Amino acid sequence: MTFLAPWYDLRDLGNAVQALLDRIRDWGAPDWVPYAVSSLIGAVGILLWVVLSVLAFIWIERRVVALMQNRIGPNRVGPAGLLQPVADALKLLLKEPITPRDADRILFWMAPIVIFIPTLVIFAVIPFGGRMVLADLNVGVLFLIAIATINTPAVFLAGWSSNNKYALLGAMRTIAMLISYEVVQVLALLAVVLFAGSMRLGDIVAWQQHYNVWIVFLQPLGILAYIISGAVEINRSPTDISEAESEIVAGYHTEYGGIKFGFFYQAEYMAGFAIAAIITTLYLGGYTAWGLEKWVPGWALFLGKLYAVFFIYIWSRGTLPRLRIDQLMSFAWKFLLPLSLVNVALVGAEVLVWDETGVSANVALPIIGAVNLVFCLVAVVAWARLLGHGAGRQRGRRALLTKEVGVIHFEPAEGASPGPAGIPAAQALRRRSGQA
Amino acid sequence: MTLKSEPFVVNLGPQHPSTHGVFRLRLTLDGERIIDADMVMGYLHRSMEKLAEERTYTQNIPFTDRTDYLAAMTGNLAYVMAVEKLMGIEPPERALWLRTIMSELQRFASHCMAIGIFANDCGAWQTPVMHMFRDREKILDLFEMACGARLTLNYMRIGGVSRDIPPEFIPAARKLMQDLPRRLAEYESLLLDNEIIVARSRGIGVLTPEEAMAYSVSGPLLRASGVAWDIRTADPYAAYDKVDFDIAVGTSGDVYDRFVVRLAEMRQSLRILEQALDMMPSGPIHARLPTATAQPGDAPVAPLALRPPVGEAYARIESPRGELGFYLVSDGGPAPFRFHIRSPSFINLSALKKMTVGVTVADAIVILGSVDIVVGEVDR
Amino acid sequence: MTAVLTGLDIAHRIEEQSPGAVADAAPEAATIVPARLGDVCRYLRDDPGLRFEFLSSLTAVDRLEYFEVVYHLESLRLNLITVIKVRTFDRDNPVAPSVCAVWPGANLQEREAYDLMGIYFEGHPDLRRIFLWEGFAGHPLRKDFLNLPGARMAGLERFPGEPGGPLEGRG
Repeated sequence: MTFLAPWYDLRDLGNAVQALLDRIRDWGAPDWVPYAVSSLIGAVGILLWVVLSVLAFIWIERRVVALMQNRIGPNRVGPAGLLQPVADALKLLLKEPITPRDADRILFWMAPIVIFIPTLVIFAVIPFGGRMVLADLNVGVLFLIAIATINTPAVFLAGWSSNNKYALLGAMRTIAMLISYEVVQVLALLAVVLFAGSMRLGDIVAWQQHYNVWIVFLQPLGILAYIISGAVEINRSPTDISEAESEIVAGYHTEYGGIKFGFFYQAEYMAGFAIAAIITTLYLGGYTAWGLEKWVPGWALFLGKLYAVFFIYIWSRGTLPRLRIDQLMSFAWKFLLPLSLVNVALVGAEVLVWDETGVSANVALPIIGAVNLVFCLVAVVAWARLLGHGAGRQRGRRALLTKEVGVIHFEPAEGASPGPAGIPAAQALRRRSGQA
Repeated sequence: MTLKSEPFVVNLGPQHPSTHGVFRLRLTLDGERIIDADMVMGYLHRSMEKLAEERTYTQNIPFTDRTDYLAAMTGNLAYVMAVEKLMGIEPPERALWLRTIMSELQRFASHCMAIGIFANDCGAWQTPVMHMFRDREKILDLFEMACGARLTLNYMRIGGVSRDIPPEFIPAARKLMQDLPRRLAEYESLLLDNEIIVARSRGIGVLTPEEAMAYSVSGPLLRASGVAWDIRTADPYAAYDKVDFDIAVGTSGDVYDRFVVRLAEMRQSLRILEQALDMMPSGPIHARLPTATAQPGDAPVAPLALRPPVGEAYARIESPRGELGFYLVSDGGPAPFRFHIRSPSFINLSALKKMTVGVTVADAIVILGSVDIVVGEVDR
Repeated sequence: MTAVLTGLDIAHRIEEQSPGAVADAAPEAATIVPARLGDVCRYLRDDPGLRFEFLSSLTAVDRLEYFEVVYHLESLRLNLITVIKVRTFDRDNPVAPSVCAVWPGANLQEREAYDLMGIYFEGHPDLRRIFLWEGFAGHPLRKDFLNLPGARMAGLERFPGEPGGPLEGRG
């Protein structure tokens, strides 16, 4: 019964798996058997968790957004509508798979698969608990970036192969956006890696546990940039322009129906979980919580944080309107990118100085945190001013009230132009087309 | 190697989430930029003007519900005013006040839709619409109380209104008057000062006052361009000359100002309603109609007996979407010889091409949302 | 209050400015000679005492003997309203001058009148059908459209089914 003890320790399910593997080794099985078994357990576990979470969150999102909108939300299928996602999934499975006549058949079928697999594979390197990581790569962060980028060509595959104009527009927008925000994302992650000194996600969590500080306190700008670029990657408002419903119907997956659409839908949620998982691991201490992990299972802490982060995206979807593509692009290139670059340089300098002077962490970390917080606030405000988003200029107007009929109160809008390059550019275009 | 590029034609509609019905916008794009826009309409054309020539003056009232189905009261009102002008009928005082109350409630309800859908077009996923629907529903409840219908109301009659309001109407309306200002303040703070909405709508789709007038644009679009023109003040009908209210005017003629003007008009509507509820006299709600054949006693006028003299009349009112006019030509028969609707949705579209060429697809959607068309009224 | 310039008033004004431009004047409207319409409209729009910058409504009426294009004009600055008309007598090929150059807002309304009444507006930049499809036979708002039972013919006083109606027993 020696191996049973860790089984009872629910704080880390990895112990149980380890015990099982040890038992298999004891039976004298060749080396590849425990390896294969552990991989299988990990893969099945992650798949089950992801699918169940997605189903749960489809319901949660619909109910939460309904609350925000004075509605009830799904409440007919099962108790409180809990089985609605299951019913939806069944409906999608039973629908006829339609391929448009002029579509590129192979690519059209490939796209949902190509988009589905990478979003699942990301979870391989995420440490759900101390020993609950399927593949503890020493280049984990690099792996995240590489795998997450596969989404981009997949979306383009879908948009291109559909032979639909809305789909193509959506795909074009996606490419433009993801390439811009990928850069910001990488820079945000780079700052974290500079602190932790490792690309292994487990090491980054361990670093946060060791110094008893979540990187979010050292990197307020980083998490801001990451949350925004994450929203872009998973098409959540205010950045859901690649499937902007009111503009281009459903963007790149306009032509998809049935279970192929289901794959896109699922992949979108999974990508959302992946972003939330990365934020949790890199910025929010992963499965640790200032010693609480001794009492509460680490994976439960991890999931709690993950769901809380995901909730931000649900919230933004229920509340924010959408930006225009040029506004989003200029936000990435003119706002987030310069600030992220400066941020990386600042973090590099801080880490260097800390290493050189050898100050104790108790002194260094609060100072770094304070400096970075001040930098974040000052940089965001000052840079926004510089770009013409000064306080007051963006404030809404109210209508004039008058009783005199036929009088004209007109002040040309020139000069009251609202910030990002979009509007002046549009005006320039309008002028140009006026001459043509 | 030279890259060959060609313009890209996108049919926005007739089935599209943001064309507000079966309306089609054929856009020629260069990337995301619109280089040409062509409107294709008629998908909802029901040939009302021809049908109306086959029906009596009374039978035509339900048609006017179904042109602008989001503002049936004002549709009714403009038509019955045209017939009254043709026949020289003066409706009794109480009927005028009831008409005022109903058209202002309708304006509020219609602007609720306009603003909610506009925010939806900006990409605010359904939330503003749902909040606006909450208030619109309350107003539709009042309509239901007054005339039994919620959407196609058929309430106005030639010479008055179809029935008096029930006793519970006034308390219910007063209660609503207490709630709505708070809600409006909420919308103003949530939507008008919203950074993203401001960024999306400021400086987009600008019409100067001269352009707005030249393109025959009316209603909130015209006022957003800075022209203080409101038929309720300029040429008062119903009981508008007896209430105190202001014209809400924008100053820059962009999409944002149209939205600002609509919200301000909702406030003015509440002002008018409060006064109207206080000032409404009691009395008859229907005038006696002059008929071609003698009607015994108080019997209702037989539809075929209602024959206006030969002539023509044009009555215009300020509907939520702009100047709604009815041009009637009578040949002395029981049906109009010519029945023409000057529909604000349709004519406001004149300026759409002017506003959309040169902007991006996303802006075009927002501009179309700011015009606030009802396709039933565009196509008739 | 809006001041209404009756057809007689406006006919007088127009006659002073360009003699011979008014074909007929009645209290409800002044009828303009088609060839002079452009000039008259420009005068109405630009005259500082009139400023009819707003073409409220443009429509056509089939008066059986002739077609009539009706222009409801508004002056927003001076709060005036007036009506002018143009008549065209050729039933097979009615032509009226376009006022798009004066009021761009006439564009869609002229297309509507062309579509439903079949009046050809000379000088319109893009005269196509608007509600009906290209190739639709006839123009439905004309009184003689298809001559179906129930369609009102010239001189019809009563409805089908109405006692003594001339169409009783037809169709």
